Amino acid sequence: MVAEGTAPLTSLHPWAWWCWAIGIGLAVSGTTNPLLLALIATAMVVVVMLRRSSAPWARSVRAYLLLSLFVIGMRVLFQVLIGGGTGETVLFTLPEIPLPEWAAGIRLGGAVTLEGLIFTLYDALRLAVMLLCIGAANALANPRQALRSVPAALYEASVAVVIALSVAPQLIESAQRVRKARWLRGDAGTGLRALGAIALPVLADAIERSMSLAAGMESRGFARTQGLPVKRTLPVMLLSVMVATLGAFLLLSTTLWELAVTLLIVGLVGTGFGLRAAGTRLQVTRYRPHPWGWRATGVAASGLLAAAVVMGTGWLDPTGGGLWPSTDPLEWPELTAPMLLAIAFVLAPLPLTIPRRFAAVSSVRTDVRVRGLRAVSRS
Amino acid sequence: MITFENVSVTYAGAARPTLRDVSFTLPEGDLCLVVGTTGSGKSTLLGAMNGLVPHFTGGTLQGRVVVGGRDTARYRPRDLADVVGYVGQDPLRGFVTDTVEDEIAYGMEQLGVDPVAMRKRVEETLDVMGIADLRRRPLIELSGGQQQRVAIASVLAAHPKVLVLDEPTSALDPTAAQDVLSAISTLVHEVGLTVVLAEHRLERVMHAADSMIWLPGDGTAQLGSPAAVLSSADVTPPLAALARTLSWAEVPLSVREARRKVQALGLSLAAPATEPAAASDDQPALTARDVEVRYGEISAVRGVDLDLHGGDVTALLGRNGSGKSSLLWALQGALSCAGEIRVGAADPRKLSAADARRVVTLVPQTAADLLYLPSVAAECEQADRESSAEAGTARAILRRLGADVADDHDPRDLSEGQRLALVLAIQLTARPQVLLLDEPTRGLDYQSKAQLHGIIDALAASGVAVLISTHDVEFAALASRKLLLMADGEVIASGSTSDLLTSSPAYAPQMAKVFAPVPVLTPQDVAKGLA
Repeated sequence: MVAEGTAPLTSLHPWAWWCWAIGIGLAVSGTTNPLLLALIATAMVVVVMLRRSSAPWARSVRAYLLLSLFVIGMRVLFQVLIGGGTGETVLFTLPEIPLPEWAAGIRLGGAVTLEGLIFTLYDALRLAVMLLCIGAANALANPRQALRSVPAALYEASVAVVIALSVAPQLIESAQRVRKARWLRGDAGTGLRALGAIALPVLADAIERSMSLAAGMESRGFARTQGLPVKRTLPVMLLSVMVATLGAFLLLSTTLWELAVTLLIVGLVGTGFGLRAAGTRLQVTRYRPHPWGWRATGVAASGLLAAAVVMGTGWLDPTGGGLWPSTDPLEWPELTAPMLLAIAFVLAPLPLTIPRRFAAVSSVRTDVRVRGLRAVSRS
Repeated sequence: MITFENVSVTYAGAARPTLRDVSFTLPEGDLCLVVGTTGSGKSTLLGAMNGLVPHFTGGTLQGRVVVGGRDTARYRPRDLADVVGYVGQDPLRGFVTDTVEDEIAYGMEQLGVDPVAMRKRVEETLDVMGIADLRRRPLIELSGGQQQRVAIASVLAAHPKVLVLDEPTSALDPTAAQDVLSAISTLVHEVGLTVVLAEHRLERVMHAADSMIWLPGDGTAQLGSPAAVLSSADVTPPLAALARTLSWAEVPLSVREARRKVQALGLSLAAPATEPAAASDDQPALTARDVEVRYGEISAVRGVDLDLHGGDVTALLGRNGSGKSSLLWALQGALSCAGEIRVGAADPRKLSAADARRVVTLVPQTAADLLYLPSVAAECEQADRESSAEAGTARAILRRLGADVADDHDPRDLSEGQRLALVLAIQLTARPQVLLLDEPTRGLDYQSKAQLHGIIDALAASGVAVLISTHDVEFAALASRKLLLMADGEVIASGSTSDLLTSSPAYAPQMAKVFAPVPVLTPQDVAKGLA
């Protein structure tokens, strides 16, 4: 077979980007240092801006940014309302609403302390940056492309996920259309009754859509090459997954790390072998699979190294290495050299990859239906 | 290539078979048109060719269908994918992936085609269909004609011997339809494919057809040459109507053929009497000045001025995406826009939804979106309540529209024409002065179109101003007196239908082309001109 090395030069294997983003997510989960978090977020946004394509899914990062801000806002709001945090520096005091006996431990209103607020802010920031990691991966690698490169054994599952992914924007589009149609009947109402009036046509539409999609897939030969399952793959898979799980459990909760690592590796190898064997029953071929080159390895490794640096600092340094700045008493968070190294790893894809050429593709289609879909995929 | 032997198809719960004792053989390399009114079983016949009927749809099939030597009783649709390529009505709904290249490769991936061969076939298919420049584009951003060509390309890549297309041009404007049809005829002539095509608007394709299957509606099917079938069938494209008017035995299949015949016979035609210009001193029912609709940076409608007079029917023509729908929604007040809109003394944008539809009402492209209740009776009662009309008003209008459907029918089970009539009845219950129709003829057969024409005429006679946006030139010629032509968000021409249509090469109806320079638009005009 001739090597399939001709995927567009500038597009990296989608799993490389996902690996990078997951690595950063791991790193972020190991710290609440706001300076580090903010720098990681900024670095990530810079990479996304410079390396994303012009496709519709690449525009999703804005939506994730907004979602992150929303998460921070909500956390802070709840902290203010039902916080009851620690600390002495009282910023202001809300009128406290007395709650009955059985709700002991919950407090509505009352004093709002700076320490409590800062603690919440740090924690919310961590969650927000983790969300941003998913957004970045989404913007850099088409999730559908990523799903195309799963082991053959998971092929059917990935098809189901791909279809589910495309159903969501279509549902929103048809809900918008039906809502507009309700206006034409003079019913601009909201509430439960209006919900029924919108849900019925939307559901009918969704069912019709899925029927025509299913008919299309059927008549184009979906699941045609499906042979019988290879014998004994199921027990092998089950056993391997159990061994791997046991290994992971031992690694995380005990000190028997030699045994744990051995079990983990045996389990993972067994799982990989089982997936491969199970995949042979499906003779589906792949069109232009993304080649996994040294750039992909580099990008994936940079994310994992960022995680290793942050996690490693946390383990090695008994004082936390500045990863968990204290909020009670309040102290100014500091940046250390390992942190700067982690940020450098986040930025590593920039020299490792080639910027994508922005082909100015103007859309030829501007009618209402597509505009609706586009608005959905953009936001 | 395709053989039907005594095929009958009965769906579960149906009183009578949809197809009854159908037998025919289609030779290889034919372009065969399947014609018939709505509900006559066209889709069932097409589905039976790749096994979707009955494997996918349910029901029972008696008899034998053999395609390319394979009996559909023993092969599932997926096992026929390398013999029959099937493209459904709405290509966007059948797409599995999201870019052009991936979509074309999808079918081959399923068949397990070797990656190297696959690469080569994708390139070839892109070239055959003339879409190589679209290869990396997202599917949802393509125009309707491009989507249809991608859908055809995606089944073509599996190298089938038969291509089955269900109404490939019903949603397209005349130029895009032409693109798709010329791609199809390339496939028949150059690639040697057998193509089976169902279509409502025969005037677009019948000149290219080698044979025709007519489904009269009782479950039977008749295969014959297009000219012979059309002379007896109940589907009447303009040229068939012309042949009937002039009592020709054979229906001419193209404008050229008809024109030659007319010249050979030395027919001379009196130009239709120019209708006295509508007294334009009366107050227009709707006035719009400088209407502009923007979506972010795109302005979909720019600087549109128009007047609609009570009793006038105006048609709005233009490419897909030229701003027709946006303009209609804006005129109804449902879409925010700049400029001035007046209906009598009111501005529909400032009225509540319930009041706005009493002055201007709109029937949208997907009329079924308006229906949500389980029965026709419930919908009619709801319409009476919404319009605070007397009980039974909507029902009476529905009866007057000539679609007397049973009360307990589910609106979603109605035929396309009946559903449109129901939505029209609901919207007319509000007694508006202005009626806006967005693509009402989509999916309608010739009978339903004639019926719709009758309805619109009656409404206009009762003093309602009607504006119809449509791709269907023949329908515009038949139903409208005035015409607006839109391009790129602007009205580029307005005037009488007969002046504008006869002078345009792209939009001229077939009768105008046959009898040019005499400005006739419809077979009815011809009949009048002869008398």
